[in-house]
Amino acid sequence: MKEILNLQIGPVAFRIGSAWRAPIEALAKLYEGYPAPAGGIADFTVRLEPEKPWRRFVRPSVAIRGDYILPDAAPLPLSLGLLAAEMGMNLQMALGQKNWLLLHAASVEKDGRALILTGESGAGKSTLSALLGERGWRLMGDEFALLDLDSGMLLPFPRAVSLKNGAITVMEAEAGAARFGPRLVGTPKGDIRHLRPNDEAIARMGEGAMPALILFPRFGPAAAVRGVGQAETFMRLTQASTNYVALGEPGFNALTRLVRGVPALAIDYPDTATAVGLVEDFRQELAA
Amino acid sequence: MGDPIYIADSRDVRSVPLDGLTLIYHAPSGMTHIVAPPAPEILEALDAGPADPAELLRRLRARFEFEGEDAIHARLEELEASGLVRRG
Repeated sequence: MKEILNLQIGPVAFRIGSAWRAPIEALAKLYEGYPAPAGGIADFTVRLEPEKPWRRFVRPSVAIRGDYILPDAAPLPLSLGLLAAEMGMNLQMALGQKNWLLLHAASVEKDGRALILTGESGAGKSTLSALLGERGWRLMGDEFALLDLDSGMLLPFPRAVSLKNGAITVMEAEAGAARFGPRLVGTPKGDIRHLRPNDEAIARMGEGAMPALILFPRFGPAAAVRGVGQAETFMRLTQASTNYVALGEPGFNALTRLVRGVPALAIDYPDTATAVGLVEDFRQELAA
Repeated sequence: MGDPIYIADSRDVRSVPLDGLTLIYHAPSGMTHIVAPPAPEILEALDAGPADPAELLRRLRARFEFEGEDAIHARLEELEASGLVRRG
């Protein structure tokens, strides 16, 4: 592998290798300020390789490989090499993580209380968590929340936030240009632009927090809040977890403890300002 | 031919009540089940040892009001299909 970047994100150490220089340069710029892994041993390896040896030069096409691979992962054009690296890191986590219960969820923290935001793709959890991260909350992660099996604590995984389409404009108004990666046009999910979490999120990436509230956000015509029962919450979180089944009984114990100890709400919101307002209301109720 | 004897291996199971329902983790299969009454009560009654439906009904009625015999057969069939009980 010609080009290599070692990256510590929360408790996980990655080694990303690439046959091309450009994706590694873009990644190093996006993750500026992130620490290198202590001890230099990676938990996961991601490799960006030519789909076929000759395609390194002729219409280059990036295949994502690593310790864990999806056999049908489609190769991406080299212009989307940064996206390939991000997808590769997500894939290694989703398929290979066995130390924590992995929830496909965003999380933020304030006053030691962590909020878990989960929902289907497009529910706005990335945007909402990124926005809260600029409005006095600490962004713990926009994609994966790591639940410690023994302590029940939530650990940060603050990789770059993946903003899509309309969310790009929302966040460009919130954060300085230096924290953004290039705008990736024409990806399978439309336009994507990555945002580096702020300095506090990076500096405190080793610091977990106890979960205090689970939110299921959803775009809706009007603001609405309803309580979600424990059994429904459990079911939705097993669906949101990529490794619940693989973990067996420790996963069951960790998840039942979470849903019995932490309230859950479904919120509908017509715009992000309303959602941020609702979250602030919840925070004040939790603090009271 | 008499009714079969049913067995529940309680050592293989972790159960947690969650607002009126019960979550059951079945270690041998690694599967999680969400069950409604009277399934948890039936499993609990089988803790005392293997039993045929008539004996099971006696155990259940000692502690709960329980519907007729048809119901116990139907529930046992469901629990058997889910792997939580087996025939002895």
